[in-house]
Amino acid sequence: MDLFEKEETKILSVSQISSLIKKIVEETFSQVVVIGEISNFKAHYSGHWYFTLKDENAQISCTMWKGMNSYVFFTPQDGIKVVVTGRITVYPPRGNYQIEVRSMKPAGEGELQAAFEKLKRKLDSEGLFDTDHKKSIPKFPEKIGVATASDGAAFKDMISVAQRRFPLLEIILRPCKVQGEGASEDLAKAVEELNKLDIDLIIIGRGGGSLEDLWAFNEEIVARAIYNSRVPVISGIGHEIDFTISDFVADLRAPTPTAAMELATPNIDEIQSFIYEIDRIMNSRMDEIIRLQSDQIDSIMHSYGFRIPQNLIATKRQFLDNIYFRMDSSIKSVLQQWKNQVILLSRILESFDINKTLKRGFTLISQNSRLIKKSADLDKDKSFNIKFYDKMIEIKK
Amino acid sequence: MTKKKEKFEDLLKRLQEISELLEDEEIGLDESIKLYEEGIKLSQLCHTKIEEAELKIKSLKEALASDQTEV
Repeated sequence: MDLFEKEETKILSVSQISSLIKKIVEETFSQVVVIGEISNFKAHYSGHWYFTLKDENAQISCTMWKGMNSYVFFTPQDGIKVVVTGRITVYPPRGNYQIEVRSMKPAGEGELQAAFEKLKRKLDSEGLFDTDHKKSIPKFPEKIGVATASDGAAFKDMISVAQRRFPLLEIILRPCKVQGEGASEDLAKAVEELNKLDIDLIIIGRGGGSLEDLWAFNEEIVARAIYNSRVPVISGIGHEIDFTISDFVADLRAPTPTAAMELATPNIDEIQSFIYEIDRIMNSRMDEIIRLQSDQIDSIMHSYGFRIPQNLIATKRQFLDNIYFRMDSSIKSVLQQWKNQVILLSRILESFDINKTLKRGFTLISQNSRLIKKSADLDKDKSFNIKFYDKMIEIKK
Repeated sequence: MTKKKEKFEDLLKRLQEISELLEDEEIGLDESIKLYEEGIKLSQLCHTKIEEAELKIKSLKEALASDQTEV
């Protein structure tokens, strides 16, 4: 080999060669789509993301700027396989190259599931799902805070459930973004804001949707906000089959937002029949108490002590009755004697009856209503009466 | 001092308590009548509250705004 021939090739500075590489690489790879597994994921406080994509044999650095990453509906985690779209940029000061990512999506639904399982395991091991930490749901809430979309069907359904079951309720809606850019942050903030109010319960939820639509509820930030909530939280997210991380952290998981309101509210009809039942118990018990008390009075009145005066009265009455009967019978016998006497006398009188004498032809002369017993008593110049046995005649003068 | 508005839950609790107190075998007439009067009043209050209930709905942004104007 001829050593001097090499001396004729142009000598480039590091900067020059780096610049050439940068130009060639960036022109060639201005649009790449790369699949790989995320590792060393870091969300910088500035909002930018830094991570590495790798497979079995190679790895490549990646950046995703703040404005871009807000469109990613999920928060990337190490170990998750993603498909990123972007361009290759070369950074001469460090002599390295990276993918500047414009968009990112999970390599498949299985990857989201894996991310879900991974976060679930992590939070579980931290104790976020512990039953000991779960707060009890108040039986008769007065105020319920609701974190959901203000224009969604879910909220309308919740209102109609509350109206039907427990109209004594006050509902305080914290309108939320429930999917897409910034949804998880908004939901977390909503839970924090509702915690500042004097409320008894929080319902967090949304209607059904795809796994992607529901993803905000699988984010760590929402899970932690629910865990840190002072107020008990019921989750009602999607349909019955959908389970989110939020559901595991919530104090109570409802299969749907409608069901969440059902679980949160007592049934007014049941309360009303409960009160009617108490009314009935109180009334019958009061009747019973009054009956018992009056029975007691009766039994005292019939006791031996209270019977003594009555017995005394009865004895005296009997005594009086006896006296009466005795007096009665003795007066009767006295009267009978008198009666006999009268009969006897009237028989004697009968024997002197004047009519019998008159019938035999005698008459009675009377003048001035006086019987004339001797001729000298009669005034011959005046009228007088002659009484025969059958009638009396007047002799007029 | 005006008494704070009674919570519906507390009214129901007291009502149940009264019905249990009345069940006491040893209860006297005077006390039972007093409890009964209180119970009937409570039950009427509960019925009234239920009949007059109207669902209140507030949106938090409005609520915060009105809170601020009150301050």
